[in-house]
Parts: sequence; structure tokens; C-alpha cells
Amino acid sequence: MSAHAVAVGLGAVAGQRAFPFLTALVLTPVGAALVALVLPRRAVWAIRAVGVAGALAVLGIAAAVLDEFRAGFGGYQMVSVHPWVGSLGISWSLGIDGISLFLVLLSALLFLLALAGAGERTNVKSFTIWILLLEAACLGSFCSLDVLLFFLFFETTLVPVYFIIVGWGHEKRNHAAMKFFIYTFTGSAMMLVGIVALVSIHAGQTGVTTFDIRQLVQTHLSGTAGVLLLLAFTAAFAVKAPIFPFHTWSPDAYREAPVAGSVLMAGVTAKLGTYGIVRFDLGLFPHATVVLAPVFLTLGVAGIVYGAIVAAVQKDLKRLVAYSSLAHIGFIVIGAFALTGESVSGAVLQMVNHGLITAALFLLVAMIYRRRQTMNVAHLGGLQRRAPVMAATFAVVVLASIGVPGLNGFVGEFLILAGTFLTHRWWAVVAVAGVVLAAVYLLWAYQQIFHGPERESERDKPFRDLTWREGAVLAPLIVLIVAMGVYPRPVLDRITPSVDQLITHVEQVAHPNIPRVGQPEPTTHTEVAK
Amino acid sequence: MTPFAALAPAGLAIPHIDYTALLPELILLGGVLVLIGVSAMTPRRLPTGVYATMTVAIAAAALVASLRLWRDVQNHGAFTTVAHSVDVDGFAVYFLVLVSCILIVAAIIGSGYLRREGIAGCEYYALALISGSGAMLMASANDLIFIFLALEVLSIPLYVMAGFDRRRPTSQEAAIKYFVLGAFSSAVFVYGIALVYGATGSTNLPEIGAFLAHNVITANGVLLAGIALLIVGFSFKVAAVPFHMWTPDVYQGAPTPVTGFMAALAKAGGFAAFLRVFVATFPTLRGDWQPVIWALAALTLVGGAIVALAQRDVKRMLAYSSINHAGFVLIGLQAVTTKGVAASAYYLFAYAFMVLGSFAVVGVVGAKGDRRHDLEAYRGLAARNPVLATVFSVLLLAQAGVPFTTGFFAKFYVIAASVGAHSYALAVVAMASAAIAVFFYLRVVLLMYSTQPADPGDEATTPGPAGGGVATLVRIPVGRLVVQPSIALGLAVSVGVTVVFGVWPQPLIDFTRAATFIFH
Repeated sequence: MSAHAVAVGLGAVAGQRAFPFLTALVLTPVGAALVALVLPRRAVWAIRAVGVAGALAVLGIAAAVLDEFRAGFGGYQMVSVHPWVGSLGISWSLGIDGISLFLVLLSALLFLLALAGAGERTNVKSFTIWILLLEAACLGSFCSLDVLLFFLFFETTLVPVYFIIVGWGHEKRNHAAMKFFIYTFTGSAMMLVGIVALVSIHAGQTGVTTFDIRQLVQTHLSGTAGVLLLLAFTAAFAVKAPIFPFHTWSPDAYREAPVAGSVLMAGVTAKLGTYGIVRFDLGLFPHATVVLAPVFLTLGVAGIVYGAIVAAVQKDLKRLVAYSSLAHIGFIVIGAFALTGESVSGAVLQMVNHGLITAALFLLVAMIYRRRQTMNVAHLGGLQRRAPVMAATFAVVVLASIGVPGLNGFVGEFLILAGTFLTHRWWAVVAVAGVVLAAVYLLWAYQQIFHGPERESERDKPFRDLTWREGAVLAPLIVLIVAMGVYPRPVLDRITPSVDQLITHVEQVAHPNIPRVGQPEPTTHTEVAK
Repeated sequence: MTPFAALAPAGLAIPHIDYTALLPELILLGGVLVLIGVSAMTPRRLPTGVYATMTVAIAAAALVASLRLWRDVQNHGAFTTVAHSVDVDGFAVYFLVLVSCILIVAAIIGSGYLRREGIAGCEYYALALISGSGAMLMASANDLIFIFLALEVLSIPLYVMAGFDRRRPTSQEAAIKYFVLGAFSSAVFVYGIALVYGATGSTNLPEIGAFLAHNVITANGVLLAGIALLIVGFSFKVAAVPFHMWTPDVYQGAPTPVTGFMAALAKAGGFAAFLRVFVATFPTLRGDWQPVIWALAALTLVGGAIVALAQRDVKRMLAYSSINHAGFVLIGLQAVTTKGVAASAYYLFAYAFMVLGSFAVVGVVGAKGDRRHDLEAYRGLAARNPVLATVFSVLLLAQAGVPFTTGFFAKFYVIAASVGAHSYALAVVAMASAAIAVFFYLRVVLLMYSTQPADPGDEATTPGPAGGGVATLVRIPVGRLVVQPSIALGLAVSVGVTVVFGVWPQPLIDFTRAATFIFH
């Protein structure tokens, strides 16, 4: 059965140029989930194998997509369009550009690690199926060029996450899952109204009812309409990301979810929010974005400072990571709304960085929890001598999270701050304070856990260092954290053209009267659309 | 003309009747006679499955007849018959198809329930068929008097069915309550007809429409009062806030499959006539009644969702959720556009299958005696019957409007219609109510997948060790729940329609887009 999923992946790699990579990317996890569905409940080993094989196949296809991707080109690539609900103007339109490319790769990697590293013993079948469905929904969101298709995938992610928290979470899972679902559902409910309103305005102007983002970007919006639509869209993204002060669900959900859930929520589904901001807020409502940028920059900075301060007082490691994650999302938000090429590129890069770092942190926390059954920082101490490899790994991740040069966190934060400083100096200044605060709480936690005094009662209990399997799960993350810190160039080369094109679009719409010299004409989107 | 013409008293002309146009209704009514005849002529009581099979066959025949009519209307255009009091247009035939489908599914689900409760006899099915024919006539009625007659044909069997479980006092109470309030609303409705007739000189919808299009009534108090009373009458039938008071009691008291049938059928029939009367007949007066519908829709959406939060009884909760759904259908009416009508029609189709399936599950969990409807009955359902829990989760999430179900496209469609008519605020209210509604749908889902014991202290205050103690698990009902094959079949159809048309919405959307009124 698992061979089937692998075969799909290999077929993708060996296929012709016209091979629908992105469709295969989205449907492969669904196929694997269906295979897992028909396997008997007791065939745990086979189900796990199908799950990992499916995720591996997706990673293979994602690698092929990276290989196919033309660097230096800003428009959408590998576009495939099929009518779906033709009479309502909804189509199965998938495409990828520099903004979504690395998020797709990140998702493919993290889902594989989550499936391979998850230690869930109970009800493996349902768990695997939910993770695979979540993977399909996330990949579908990142690749959708049709706004409604994006919304469908975006909204669909709620269901697997909800069931993952309910089924395999910690004590207060029911409360956390409910809160998560209702918050995010409310946000996206507003977005649905916004989407419909935007399409209706576009149809009024052109007579064509379409949800294709490539056509919707040309809609002329009045100031008020633009602002209202931006707010409606951002309601969904702000909750999903989450942006301060819409974050209150996230510490609970991240805390109570099983490790795979936390990794995927913070690493991937949170990125749906920030990705949505860059793709849809900036792309569809440039004028309103410029108008409201100070508001969101302020929220971003508030998130950085608030997240850092609250993280500093957390006793619970998972909550600490959750709040630090809020602070990092703050950086991505200011990067996106500072609206310079550097800052937005930095924001996109930082989404990937944050995914890698937070995933690694949550995985490490889970590994500690598995050994000690506690996430309370005060109950841990002196683990460095017992588990030196784990301590070193933890240190690398913490340093990357702080933004130490040479690791990936630095590159993203630097670009964001440098870009923001150009247009919004004071916000950048306050945000820098957040970097310092991050150093405080993360290093404090690291010190306490690995170098602090060991508690009397814990002294006799064994503490294993990283196992072979745990090391294998963490290794790709550590390699990428270091590699992207030392040599980010190949990544930025692919992100920047798309971001530049987006920024040019924003400036042209927001300030149409300023003549621009030397700016390249935005590449026509249709060029690669077959 | 017809042979009966000679029998008519002088001066009363029997109009020409195109019987093929009325074939679906006639099949149902003929089927009733067959059922009763078979029941009377067999010496021993036949098992309920026999009647169920016959009902399914009758409803399927009506479905085939409806689909033939659909083809005729699509190919040759809409027409009227019986002196313009029956409309055979896309809209009417769409509802003929829907009602036939509801009858089929309801008969399948009902048979399992009747067998379990030991209620034999053909009456249940006969009443369902009569009621179905009433709903069909509601959809095709083109005359206010005719609508009133159809409304009674639809309602009276439902009153009886609500009290069908005679051994249970709540069932009888539901029947009486439904009957009294239903009769009251019918009276209001007739009064509305009288006033509209007084103001316009006709009960025929196209004639009223034409009259209003060509005349300006300067003192239109009587007409507006008539319209207001019609709105009240319809609002009672479709359970719109503040005319919904009967709904929770009746939904709770009626035998569970009857509740599902009633919810699906009465809403379909009621809204079909509601849409036709207001969108096709009174569009010229929309400035007067549109704000009223706006307010009704907003109240219905928010009221249904909020009050449902407080319910401990799942049947009551679903009753309020159905009120919330009625609010969504009203949004399509409020738009007063072709798109709005199509959206409402789509919503009713999606809703019918979701609600039939949901109440079928409630009926199964209610167990013999149909009494276990407290939320606690759902605790740990996933352990007792994983498939049933999955099915119910799908149906509840669909009702919440989760993507890749018909429930999502239903909400999307009405929101699109509402925004298209520039009712942005109503769209926002609707989605906010949907977000509230998520809470009570998910609460049931949570309970079904919960392995934690019922605890008054609740999980918020008692952290406890992960995993919980074994000894605390005893309160969860143990043993597998048995789902009868017929109910399983009915659930499979409901979930199938909900999911298949959620992933592949094109055919159903096209169907609704063609379900337009005849415009005179």
C-alpha cells in the first residue's frame, strides 16, 4: 500500500515538464490518507509506513518543484487552471512563486518530521489520516491562486487540527481545541464576506465573476471599501498567525496539542496567516495597506514586546515557546507592513526560519517531556551533563531564535529591521528591544534547564541523551538552520523577484502619480500560464 | 373539456387541468390510497418494512415524474395550468425533486425507528406522503388561496405525526402545541390573503403582481397590513424569530425521525411559497417589506445561534440550530434577486439532507423509548460506535459550514447573494452567527470523542494527571450502539449527498441556477 504513495512521488519526479506538480502535491497526501483509511486499525506499522511514505513523496514532489522553479522570475510558475464550479467562477487554480515556494518546502519537511517523529501510540490510524489531510490543506492553501480555493483549504485546516488536539492532546485539550476552532472560525467568517464582496465589486467593474487573484489584483477599490475589505481579510489572518491582540487562543492550543500538533500549528498553519497577509492584503488592497500600515506595525511591535515579556515569566516550557512564537510573528508582521523590498523579503524568509526554529523547539520540549513528564522549567536542571548532544542542539536552536549571526534567524530579522528602519524608524527601534528581550528569556530557560542545579528528587532518575531516531528528526532542521544562516543567497534569489514585483504593484496602486524611472515593468503573469 | 364539466353548476366553469403537470402530487396521493388499501385488505399486520419499501417506490416514482417535468420545463419553458393557479416552472419542479428526495430518505430512516419502537401500520407513511404532496403544491401554487390549501395539506399530517408516539406525553404535547399554533398562524395567513385580495382584487399571484406593477396605490395601508400578515404566517411556518416559539418544544417532543422530516419538509414547502409570493409577486413593494425581512433574518440568525448555546437537550439544540438555518435562507429572500432565490433553494436542499441525517443519528442515540437526548448521552459515542460518531461529526460540521460539504457552499451562496444585493451588514451578521453556532456543534463533537468522565468540577479546574484514572471511566455508557440497516442506509445517503456535492458542487449549483421563476 505504501508503495502506491511512493510511486506517485517517483512518477512526479520522472514526469514531463507539463506534469501538474502542484496538483500532485496537494492530492498525494489525500491519496495516502485514503490508503490509510482502508487499512485495518490494528496494522499500526503499515499505517505509519503509509503516512511517512506519503509525506516523503510530497517532499520529493516539493523538491522537484524547487528544481523546476525558475529563479529570478517574479510571476507565478507551474500554473494549472481547471474549472471547478464554473458557474460561480471558482476554479482549481494552482501556482507558485517566490513567496510561496519555500513555505511549500517548509510544510513538506515539517509534515514528514511530524509523522516520523510523532510518538503517538493510541489510535495511530486516525492520527495519521488527520495529519495527512492537514498537509493537503496547508499545501493547497499555499499553492492556490483562486481566492475561494485558498479559503476552502485555509478553513479546512481547522478540522484536522481540532481533532488532533482533541484526540491526542494534554489535560485541558477540550477547552483549548474549542477556543482554537471558534477564534479562527470567527476570523475566517469575516474573510468569507470580504472575499465575496471583493469578487462582487470586481464583477461590477469588469462583468466577469472570478476568484482568480491574478485578475482580482486589478480591481479598483475606493478608499473605504479597500480598508473594510482589508480588515475583513486580516481578521482571518490576524487570528491565524496570530497577531497581538488576537493571539489568546494560541498559548492554550500550542500548550495542549500533542507535539506533532504544536509543531505543525506553529510551524505551518500559523504561516497561513502571515502568508495571507503578504499575498492577499498587500496584493489585493495596496492602498488600504499603506493607509493601515501604522496600525499593523504597532500591533506587530506590541506583539514583539508583549510576547517577550510574557514569555519571560512563563514556568511552562511549551507556553514559553508559544509566547516567543508570538514575538517572532510580530517581526514577520512589521516586515510585511513596512512595505520595503528588504523587509517583505525578510518577512517571507523569517516565516520559513520561524517554522524551522519553532518546530525544533517544540520537538525538543517534547523530548524532554517524554523523559521527565514535566514542562515546568523550575523542575528541570543540570541536564547538560546527562544529555550533552541534546543540550548542544537546544543551544543552537535557541541562538537561532535569538537571532545570532551565522544562524538563519539573524538573516530574516536583519532584513526586516533594516527594511523597516528605512520607512518606519521608531517601530524598528522598539522592535530591536524585542531581540534583546528574546535573548533574556530564552537564554534564561536554556541555562535553567541544562546548567541550573538539579533538583534533589530528580537526581536519581535517568535521563537519556537524544536517541538515534530523535537525532534523525532534528538533524534536517539543524542543518537548515545553519545552512540558511551561513548562505541564504539561493533562498533570497528566489524570494526577492516575487517580492519586488509585489512591492512595485503596491507602490503603483497606492501612489499612482509618482513617476518611476528604471523600475522594470511587472512581468506578465500569463507568461508561464501555458 | 373534461367530462366533469357537464356536472358543474351553471356559471362555474371547470378549468382545463393538465394532469401530467400535477403527476408528482397525484402519484403521492394515489400512493396514499394504495398504502391504505393494502393495509386494509391484508388480514395480518404487515411489517413496517413493507410499507417503507412501498413508500420509497411511490416517492421514487414521484421523483421520476418530477425529473421528466424538469426536462419538459428546461426544453419547452415554464407553463401554468388549472386556470393559472399552478405554476410549472424551474423553481416549482426543483422543489418537487427535493420533496421526493426528502420523502425517500425519511421513509428509509423512519422504518428503522418504527420497528424499534414497535409502532406498526401504514399511517406514518400515508401521512408523510400527504404532507409531501402538500409541500409540492406549496412550491407550485400560483394563487394565494391555493397556497393556503397546500399549507394545510402540508401541515395537518405533520400535526398528527408529531403526536405519533402516543405512549409518550411529550409527543402528545408537541402535537397539540404544533396544532394550536399552526392553526393560529394559518388564520393569520388567511387574514393576510383577505386583505391583499381587498387591496388588489385578486388572489392570483401574477394578477396581483401585474396590478401592483401598473397601479400606484396611494392609500396602501390595507395592502401593507395584508403583506405583514402574510409575512407573519410564513414566519410561523418556517420558524423565524420571533415566531419560532413552538419550534423547540415541537422538535423536542415529536418522535425523532418525524422531527427530521418535519424540519426538512416544512421548511422546504414554507420557503418555496414564501420566496414565490414575495420575490415574484411583490417585488414592486420591496422597499416596504425588504427591511422587515432584513430584521427577521438578523433576529433569526442571532437568536437561533445564541439560544442554542444554552441547550442541554440535543433535539432542542438542533431545533434552535434549524432556526439559525432559517435565518440563512431568509438572507436569500432578502436579496430579492434571482441569485438570492437560487441560493435559498440551494440552502434548503443542503439543509434537508443534513437535518434528516442529524435527526436520524439522534434517533439512534435516543435508544428504545426515544428518551436519551441529553448531551451526556453523547459522551464517548466514538468508543461505542466509531462510524456513527464520524457520520454525526460530518453532519454537524457541515451544518457549521465547514468546506468541502454542501453546508459550506450553502452559506457561501447566500452570502454571495446578500453581498450582491449590497446587504453587507446582514452578511456579516450571518457569518458572526455561524461562528457562534460552531460552538454548540463542536460541543457535541467534543463529547463524542471525549474519553473523560462527566465531572461537575469540569476540566478547567481539575488538571489531574494526564491519561486520567481507570476507575473514573465507569460513567460512560458501554456497549456498542446498534444501527439498523435501514437507518444506516438513510445516513449513507444523507452524508453522501452532503459530502459528494460539497466536493463536486457543480451539478447542484447548476440545478439551482435553472430553478428560476416564470416571469409573467
